[in-house]
Amino acid sequence: MAETVAEVTVRHRDAPVGRLRGAAEGVRAYRLIAGMWIRSTLAYRASFLMTALGNFLATGLDFVAILLMFSHIDALGGYTLPEVAFLYGASGAAFGLADLVMGSMDRLGRRVRDGTLDTLLVRPVPVLAQVAADRFALRRLGRITQGLLVLGYALLTLDVHWTPLRALMIPLMLLSGGAIFAAVFVAGGAFQFVAQDASEVQNSFTYGGNQMLQYPPTVFAKDMVRGVTFVVPLAFVNWLPAMYVLDRPYPLDLPQWVAFTPPLVAAGCCALAGAAWRAGLRAYRSTGS
Amino acid sequence: MRLYAIVAAGGFRRHTTYRIATAAGVFTNTVFGAIMAYTYMALWSVRPGLGGYDQSQALTYVWLGQALIMTVAMMGGGFEDELVERIRTGDIAIDLYRPADLQLWWLAGDVGRAAFHLLGRGVVPLAFGALAFDLALPADPRTWLAFLLAVFLGVLVSFSIRYLVALSAFWLLDGAGMAQMAWLGGVFFSGMLLPLNVFPGALGEVARALPWSSLLQIPADVLLGRHTGWGLVGAYGFQLGWAALLLGTGRLLQAAATRRVVVQGG
Amino acid sequence: MTDVIQLDGVEKVFEVRRKNGRRLRRERKQVRAVDGITFSVPRGEMVGYIGPNGAGKSTTIKMLTGILTPSGGQVRVAGLDPSRERTRLARRIGVVFGQRTTLWWDLPLYDSYRLAHRMYRIPDDRFRANLDRCVELLDLGELLDVPVRQLSLGQRMRGDIAAALLHDPEVLYLDEPTIGLDVVSKAKVRTFLRDLNKERGTTVLLTTHDLTDIEQLCERVMVIDHGRLVYDGALAGLHEVGGSERTLVVDLERELAPIELADARVVKVEGPRQWLAFPASASAAPLVAKIAERYPLVDLSVREPDIESVIARMYADRGLH
Repeated sequence: MAETVAEVTVRHRDAPVGRLRGAAEGVRAYRLIAGMWIRSTLAYRASFLMTALGNFLATGLDFVAILLMFSHIDALGGYTLPEVAFLYGASGAAFGLADLVMGSMDRLGRRVRDGTLDTLLVRPVPVLAQVAADRFALRRLGRITQGLLVLGYALLTLDVHWTPLRALMIPLMLLSGGAIFAAVFVAGGAFQFVAQDASEVQNSFTYGGNQMLQYPPTVFAKDMVRGVTFVVPLAFVNWLPAMYVLDRPYPLDLPQWVAFTPPLVAAGCCALAGAAWRAGLRAYRSTGS
Repeated sequence: MRLYAIVAAGGFRRHTTYRIATAAGVFTNTVFGAIMAYTYMALWSVRPGLGGYDQSQALTYVWLGQALIMTVAMMGGGFEDELVERIRTGDIAIDLYRPADLQLWWLAGDVGRAAFHLLGRGVVPLAFGALAFDLALPADPRTWLAFLLAVFLGVLVSFSIRYLVALSAFWLLDGAGMAQMAWLGGVFFSGMLLPLNVFPGALGEVARALPWSSLLQIPADVLLGRHTGWGLVGAYGFQLGWAALLLGTGRLLQAAATRRVVVQGG
Repeated sequence: MTDVIQLDGVEKVFEVRRKNGRRLRRERKQVRAVDGITFSVPRGEMVGYIGPNGAGKSTTIKMLTGILTPSGGQVRVAGLDPSRERTRLARRIGVVFGQRTTLWWDLPLYDSYRLAHRMYRIPDDRFRANLDRCVELLDLGELLDVPVRQLSLGQRMRGDIAAALLHDPEVLYLDEPTIGLDVVSKAKVRTFLRDLNKERGTTVLLTTHDLTDIEQLCERVMVIDHGRLVYDGALAGLHEVGGSERTLVVDLERELAPIELADARVVKVEGPRQWLAFPASASAAPLVAKIAERYPLVDLSVREPDIESVIARMYADRGLH
């Protein structure tokens, strides 16, 4: 008994180290499980090729809709086609990244309902990594590819005076943006511990958020813009950094340095989503569904 | 006939049990509706009268799209996954020996489902849209009835497409690819993203002639009063024509599949 | 430390919300799924844990594996607190959920083992040795390259048991390991578990509906009902306590009056078929001999008492309820 008490104290003092080690374990488990899913998919090779292509085309459709809109107009909400394509590509690629890594979080509710979540809880690796890697699908690369292609088109056609800081915004948007979307996926998963059938609510913030960010903020009502800036901070994925690149005013009065805050916002979102996840898992383990 | 009424009622009831899922779906439809409504407002403020719609008609179109998305299963969903699963596991052999017609059986269930989704997933988003935006909804109840008939025919066409996709699982090991192609058609050519009237030139001509235009474009135009008199009859005829052609193809495919199952010994 | 599993006054209370009549107000109700259970299992023992559906069996197992946090009391497994040290414990226990496979559906069986090898960080030589042993004793050799979806239920269960043992767990939990299996598979699984327990000293806790599992594997059985431990002892004792009976189903040539015998009584007659109850502790052979001597016997079978009836009789005898 005495040795156990000592052990507990030691672990307490090393909590941050423990969490880091947990994260490393999680990444390792994620890689292992994702690898298994890739092998599984390749068992149906023809179907995989078709779905990857389909994924690419499907995500392209909303850009085709934008192109069709621009066949009638020169500017939407005051933004030209290359500018809208810039917003679209940045959001699409960031969302695609999050979708590739965390896109399976919406299956959590089902796992709680059918009891298969329990089989994940008896393995020696973090549950979050196992749920996130569940049904890992390489075909989701189609979405990233499509987003990057549109972004590439925008970069070629945009009339922007490029500076190092402006160029820096592009990787910053993709990585921080991906992290913000990933946090939304995790928070949505945590919500399903409480409401198992409500997986579709998270689509509002993930797919819906992505769709909104593809258009200029000037299109939307001020309250909606406030909502995605201050409540669910999706505006930090691409809108705010893009305003800096495109040298455009943001509909809300925000200082220009806000364009550089996405990494901080992303870190905050991830921390909050992590806390929500742990709370959800704790609730599940005390109520058993 | 009574049998199919019971199956349809079962299809309806089955979906009433997913209350939280329904509420979550309504929430999502409303969010998407609001996002799309603002983009359409931006578009129509630059080009008033685009596609023959004024702005409030365009907004009505957006909210109808969200209200009907589940009813006419524009993005798929409904019975297909279950039918594909039964084909893959071989349980379909049991269905084939049932004293009911396979196609009618699944159609009845899908009509029941559609009726539920019209009420459960359709009413609230449309009401929200009507409260928050200036919509062009008709006052004449006959227009609403005409609209409901167009929606019903849209469900028929939608079913017949999805039935074909599901039956393809008899020949393809994994129907996911097929389903995705059908999904693409449903999302793009139903006019869910952008009214087919706005599609330029030949693309527009083709899009309006494809079966998917029965799902949203035609019902919306009926409600917006753009098909009246013989025009309305023509619109119904278009939907019925596609439904008959696709349901007929479904029957042929079904017969071929049945022979296959019988030959394999179930 | 010889007790590898220790429970002391363990409780699990769930709050169930249920609708109250037609009104939309919901009533909260507390359900004591596990209501103060105390027991310990020494290292190397093989214990049956039985009870009717909803008695609290799987809730107990979930607390022992760390899936659920107890509402009260103390749990220790292999010296760890399962709920607080769940992932550490996971390396030292093996779990088989009877109806939920953890194998990879579309991949060859061997791939699932390779994943376990890396996920549990099993040393290569241990992995090799354990796998070879499981393959030999569970007869998996031909199946390693077969996608799991093509395996029969019995083959899959054997595959699942092997997967749970590759990391040398000290404790093995089995939840209904023989449910739905054919007779041959059942026998294979039972023989394997007996050997595992004898040779490796692995502690095994198994829940089952099949009393034959217990008879053939466990010297000790615990019965849980309504969240409480109502029996803890030898299986033979359970039959005694429950005064449980087996049933002999006899098919005669024709309809006859109820068979009259001193050590069995007829409980049901249906045409030429008769049901006779006799004490579970007695052997059926002399009974059958006597009947065959005096009656035109066509066919017969012996039915084991099921857990529900054993428990029901236990209550009746003790005047509980």
